[in-house]
Amino acid sequence: MNVRETGLIGRRGLILAGGAGLLVLALPPARALARPSLQEAVNGFTGGKPVETGKVKLDVPPLVENGNAVGVTVAVESPMTAGDHVRRIALFNEKNPQADVAVFTLGPRTGRGRLSTRIRLATSQTLIAVAELSDGSYWSSSANVIVTLAACIEDLS
Amino acid sequence: MAFRLAFAAALLCAGIAVAQEIPPGERRSGTDFMSAETRAIQADDGSNPGMLWVLQGESLWKEPAGASRRSCASCHGEAATSMRDVAARYPAFDTASGAPVDLAGKIDQCRTTRQHAAGLPRESEELLGLSTYVGHQSRGLPIAPPDDPRLHAARAEGKRLFETRMGQLDLSCSSCHDANWRGRLGGSAVTQAHPTGYPIYRLEWQAVGSLQRRMRGCMVGVRAEPFAYGSAEFIALELYLAERAAGLALETPAVRP
Amino acid sequence: MSRTLVSVPKTAKVGEVIDIRAMIAHPMETGYRMGPNGQAIPRKIIRHFACEYDGEEVFSAEFHPAVSANPFVAFSTVATKSGALTFRWTDDDGKVETASAEIAVS
Ligand code: HEC
Ligand code: HEC
Repeated sequence: MNVRETGLIGRRGLILAGGAGLLVLALPPARALARPSLQEAVNGFTGGKPVETGKVKLDVPPLVENGNAVGVTVAVESPMTAGDHVRRIALFNEKNPQADVAVFTLGPRTGRGRLSTRIRLATSQTLIAVAELSDGSYWSSSANVIVTLAACIEDLS
Repeated sequence: MAFRLAFAAALLCAGIAVAQEIPPGERRSGTDFMSAETRAIQADDGSNPGMLWVLQGESLWKEPAGASRRSCASCHGEAATSMRDVAARYPAFDTASGAPVDLAGKIDQCRTTRQHAAGLPRESEELLGLSTYVGHQSRGLPIAPPDDPRLHAARAEGKRLFETRMGQLDLSCSSCHDANWRGRLGGSAVTQAHPTGYPIYRLEWQAVGSLQRRMRGCMVGVRAEPFAYGSAEFIALELYLAERAAGLALETPAVRP
Repeated sequence: MSRTLVSVPKTAKVGEVIDIRAMIAHPMETGYRMGPNGQAIPRKIIRHFACEYDGEEVFSAEFHPAVSANPFVAFSTVATKSGALTFRWTDDDGKVETASAEIAVS
């Protein structure tokens, strides 16, 4: 989790003050400011090429119990043949200290344009999945996730 | 002060109920309170991260250790047979020490007195691996606390501790887990605090941890000084929790938020 | 010590798309956390994961700190012939851990 684990009181205070929305404040400010926006991160992946909506299905639970392990499934409509397949799938987030989550490389031998993983979300935010197809086109889908946290958080010390 | 009020408010939302033991018919594992996603992680061994600790325990089980150069397997053989149902009956009375011992304590005892190896600290990766592996052999079996008269005093002490108010928030385990188990606190289900899944993989810890670590979390939550790992207090609480959960199936390694 | 867990079907028909899951025990330390002494805990993550089968990389992933501890991926591949699928995880220091699983394809 991208927060100080030692700040029990502070953290509990935040949680009880109404959800995890403020947790990102516990991060070193320089880093929090340095991260690119979601749009900049997507542009970095596509090289500025236009991104169309569709073909990609991003599946995340709208409400998660703990931001430390949020199950994500991305499925892209594609025959996955040598001539027409998904080349890469990238996942980006809006409010973690870094925009990048993961980039997956696929090909015709992958069989399906589909994968699942588990990711960390520092707070409630938007996620976006962008797929690069073998014809050089980009497709995306985004989703909002609300993160609640466990209530009894122990002190590490 | 703000925290105390917030906690009290959270409990109020849950509806004030008088602490009362949960009737057997209403006992439910913590799994029942989790989201479908968390349950799915637990249900599938290929995606349950707790299984990584089971695997580690399995390799330790076979590994010769200590001055004896004996492995657990060299005395106990296949864990699937020799350790099946063991976790369901712990804590148990230990004649050697003349006191109740929990599963991790028993494993550590074999480690020191039979393998003649250095003891394994509580919450060390090795002890968690072995406890998870041994616990896993009882998965699906009902919790069956031994009816050993030598355990009665400690079990009664466990019940007393469970019902004793503690910490700056002045709440007992029972205030939450008997009286308000249907409620939610800061987004999480309070639950009935059954020890069905231990050691558990907790998403909050991002690792496997013991029942005692979990209880320490709750004690810190009410701003009480937590009991020490391996203390008689924690073993007494474990004894009472096992009795309170008698008949519920073991799930080790469970996944919890 | 075995701290990886992969699941691959034992058998499959040629051309069948099979489901694969892979997990490794790793804290995925983000580099953004503070230790109890107020010092930043240095970053240490699995940076790269790859699955190779029948002479070719069929799936790979580049991870960032936002991937959960004990990273998990589920993906698929087309069963081509009997043999081993090999899995490779590489961390920030270039340390590599591997696992493999056999499949019989008919
Ligand atoms: C030299 C032989 C020997 C070795 C090595 C050994 N044990 Fe034991 N263990 C015993 C004997 C004998 C008992 C039964 C007597 C007792 O309870 O102490 C026992 C009891 C146990 C029990 C309690 C079983 C029950 O039914 O209550 C557990 C759990 C256990 N061992 C785990 C382990 C583990 C884990 C290891 C390896 C770290 C291990 N043992 C290594 C001999 C051994
Ligand atoms: C203020 C309310 C509160 C008090 C007091 C409290 N707990 Fe808890 N406890 C919780 C909550 C909330 C959870 C679930 C947390 C989660 O999932 O993040 C929990 C979880 C647990 C669990 C885990 C159950 C499972 O399914 O794995 C156990 C065991 C437990 N508590 C034991 C205790 C004990 C023992 C005490 C007294 C020393 C205690 N609790 C005091 C609120 C409380």
